[in-house]
Amino acid sequence: MNGAPAGEDTTAPEHSWEELVTTALLGTDRRTPAHAAPGRPAPVALLDAAAVAAVRRRAGLRPARAAQRPEPAPADPRPALPAPAAHRLTALLADRSGGTGSGRRGSSPDLMELLPQWLAAANAHGYAAPPQTLPALLDAARGRTDLRPAGLAFAGPRALWLARLNPDWRFALRAAPGGGAALPDAADPEAVRRLWQEGLFAERAALLGTLRARTPALGRELLASTWAAERAEDRLMFLDSLRTGLSDADEPFLEQALGDRSRNVRATAAELLSALPGSALAERMAVRATACVALDRTGNAPAIAVEAPPECDTGMERDGVAATPPAGRGERSWWLGQLVEAAPLGCWRERFGGRTAEEIVALPVADGWQGELHAAWCRAAVRQRNAAWSRALLGSPSAPEAGGPGAVSLAERAKLLAALEPAERAGWVAGFIATHGLSEAFQLLGVCAVPWAPPLGRAVVDALNIARDAGSYPWSFSGVMGLAERCLDPAEAVRLEALLAIPDEREDAAPGAGGYWAEAFQRLVTTLRLRAAMTRELAPPTPPEPPRAVVQPPDAAG
Amino acid sequence: MTEQGVRWTADQVLALAPDAASRKAGSRLGAAGPWSGTGSGEGTVWGLCKGSGGRPYQTAVDLAGPAGPAYQCSCPSRKFPCKHALGLLLLWAGDDGLVPACAQPPDWAGQWLAGRRSRAAAGRTQAEEGSSAGPADPEAARRRAERRAERVTAGATELEQRLTDLLRGGLATAEQAGYGLWDETAARMVDAQAPGLAARVRELGAIPASGAGWPARLLEECALLHLLDQGWLRRDTLPDALAATVRSRLGLPAPPDGPPVRDHWLVLAQYDTADPKLTTRRIWLHGAESGHTRLLLSYGAAGRAPELSLPVGLALEAELTAYPGAGRSRAALGERFAAPAPAGFRPPGVTTGEATARYGEALREDPWLESVPVTLGRVIPVPDGDRWQLADTGTDTALPLTRAARSRPGLWRLVALSGGAPVTVFGECGHRGFTPLTAWPEGEGEAVPLC
Repeated sequence: MNGAPAGEDTTAPEHSWEELVTTALLGTDRRTPAHAAPGRPAPVALLDAAAVAAVRRRAGLRPARAAQRPEPAPADPRPALPAPAAHRLTALLADRSGGTGSGRRGSSPDLMELLPQWLAAANAHGYAAPPQTLPALLDAARGRTDLRPAGLAFAGPRALWLARLNPDWRFALRAAPGGGAALPDAADPEAVRRLWQEGLFAERAALLGTLRARTPALGRELLASTWAAERAEDRLMFLDSLRTGLSDADEPFLEQALGDRSRNVRATAAELLSALPGSALAERMAVRATACVALDRTGNAPAIAVEAPPECDTGMERDGVAATPPAGRGERSWWLGQLVEAAPLGCWRERFGGRTAEEIVALPVADGWQGELHAAWCRAAVRQRNAAWSRALLGSPSAPEAGGPGAVSLAERAKLLAALEPAERAGWVAGFIATHGLSEAFQLLGVCAVPWAPPLGRAVVDALNIARDAGSYPWSFSGVMGLAERCLDPAEAVRLEALLAIPDEREDAAPGAGGYWAEAFQRLVTTLRLRAAMTRELAPPTPPEPPRAVVQPPDAAG
Repeated sequence: MTEQGVRWTADQVLALAPDAASRKAGSRLGAAGPWSGTGSGEGTVWGLCKGSGGRPYQTAVDLAGPAGPAYQCSCPSRKFPCKHALGLLLLWAGDDGLVPACAQPPDWAGQWLAGRRSRAAAGRTQAEEGSSAGPADPEAARRRAERRAERVTAGATELEQRLTDLLRGGLATAEQAGYGLWDETAARMVDAQAPGLAARVRELGAIPASGAGWPARLLEECALLHLLDQGWLRRDTLPDALAATVRSRLGLPAPPDGPPVRDHWLVLAQYDTADPKLTTRRIWLHGAESGHTRLLLSYGAAGRAPELSLPVGLALEAELTAYPGAGRSRAALGERFAAPAPAGFRPPGVTTGEATARYGEALREDPWLESVPVTLGRVIPVPDGDRWQLADTGTDTALPLTRAARSRPGLWRLVALSGGAPVTVFGECGHRGFTPLTAWPEGEGEAVPLC
């Protein structure tokens, strides 16, 4: 009955309770109560008896038999969070549940946006999550996939234990490597082979991913052992996971995959091979590409002459060149782009008489081929993660054409920047902002390392200051502002103090903009201070702890 | 006790928030940015918060007031406490040295605090004088009480008639009648000035739609209602304590009349139940020395948080005065002697068997009791199909969780806290099962609110 404790007496009183219910359901007019009391009308006598029985039933309740107890959650050996950090986490997670609120944020920080940083910092220290925060953490990770890796790492083994009990959190079992059923140890080849041959697709993909991260050769051999029997979609997915731990040792297998039945599989294999500058495919592509691009010395100054390939032969197609161009593109320039993109960048030095990447990029290109050629080099530099070519193609950040729509789009620049060292990257973006302002900088800022290096941070703050003085509204820069709140080094907060005051309104400024700017800077400073506090709170306690070392062994034993 | 020792935790501060939006807004203000001129001392906290306007808001909180925390803020918000007060308290709770302890509040805060303190002192003297003077006109009060008793008697008699009719025709007819019949009867009970009867009658309307087994539940509730009617009609023959229970179950007001009990009261749980007109807040307290568990009730008009708020896990030294009625644990909060501070103790736990036995015994004094407050020691949350139970560590017995508890997010906090290991759980144990309200981990650790 109604979730009440079971185990009631099922003898006489219970029997008569059933009878009372039946009589009550039908009504005393239709059914005379079994024990009518003299002098009481039948319904009243029934109510009397029912009242006694009801109270007796309630008073006689006893606990139920316990169900099968769950296996205890695995122990989490990580140290507990310092108390202030635990409270901060509660506050950050509490911000999530309140909904998106009412649009304008005013001067208060957006706590939910700080959660990823907080998680990364807590993970770097290796703290364990307080158990009672796990449901909120799992809910947050469920809603935002970008939080999942760090969130689940922080949540630890108990979160997986919890996720097995609640279907809402199944994603945690899928996302965690081997979360559902523990992945076999790589040292146990028999178990690995069995899972590979009998497992579900997700389990097999997870297995391959794990193996490629640690022992790439083992993963490749496993894939090769069943390659012919896999379905085309699965072949594509598995082949793609070879990106992790890709090396020259993978070349024979990839070379063989160039002859695959599926066009997508062939293209992926070719792409992977072209990322190996020493591969035979890269060599073949280098021969084809250098045949099309040559140094022309006939004019006054050396220039690059381009002769696009006249046809796409079967050899090219086998090496992953798509024969049919998208609508609106000439097929010969389409083929050229693919050849140059897949050719190792190292081959151009020899082709252009020992010139460096900078010198080659600086050469004029004849007959309007510059856009096509440089774009292909950009794709090649990104694919091969070549810093020298990336630097050359990016050019000087303060060059006038860097800001405008040149041969290299902003999206491609962002990709090229990723190939540079963090400090160089930050320096280039700082130079770009100093020359061209913030309006084009959002995408470029997104690839810079967090927290921003001092020159970059200064450039952004200066540019914001200039934008304010120019009299525009701060929400034109809300994207950069949001990034700055999350990425600016908290040490910069001091430099921002001066910007907090509401400036005198100028005639040409947008009405009220000064107040909004002050508010936006206020939020920036508040957020920076909050981030500094978050970092401070997460620092492990430093006080001397001699007794601990003594107490630990018996604790661990118990 | 040092100034550091009485700082609250962020959870405890957030528990003061009147609603989720305030909690969120307050969290955002719990950072140094907008604050200046902050300070704290003698159970009070103050600071200036920069808002969107030119003048910063002046925010002050008095945590040590005899009637609970009091808030003062120059902002126009009608939330109580406002987000500035919450943010200030969070800043103070954060304990990063952002709210320094200093003895002298600034003038604007000092005036308000001094005003509060002197009013409180005046109120105390007045109350002492008032109690000796007695009611203004005892004769008129007696006549009013008699008139009301007559009306309640008429209402109880009418309700008896309706119940008898229902059982004569059979409960099956109630399924077709729906809510209309019961709503009308409930309105009649409101007219009869018996709000306790009205509330019970309204509940009856929902039972036929409550799923399998409803006839048994409806019969139970009808029979208990009949028992209450009969108790009222024959109250002269009942023992005094039981008669007082009947009066309070009917909803007749009675002032708290027990002797004041001074103790260290640990706040076990605080939760709100809202209906369209009224928000009811229940706060369970546990006395460290007396061992009593007592219930404080506080009410707020629709959409407003009740004024009394005590964060779970803190203990306060105060006097409680019990309301009349046998076996009922309701009390009124009297004078408080110190601001709430983190508690270093937990209530002692019992087994599941002892918990159900306690409920059974309590029914002897008050057969209408739905549940009793119980702390279970060393129990493990265990899934049982789509239900959950709390199983004893030592024995093979368990208490199922109530239907309401199964659908709350607190259930998962409890399961996560336990991780399959024993925990201490405070909650309400009754005929529908156990409703967990607060839990403590087995080793060291703060109280975790589950509601």
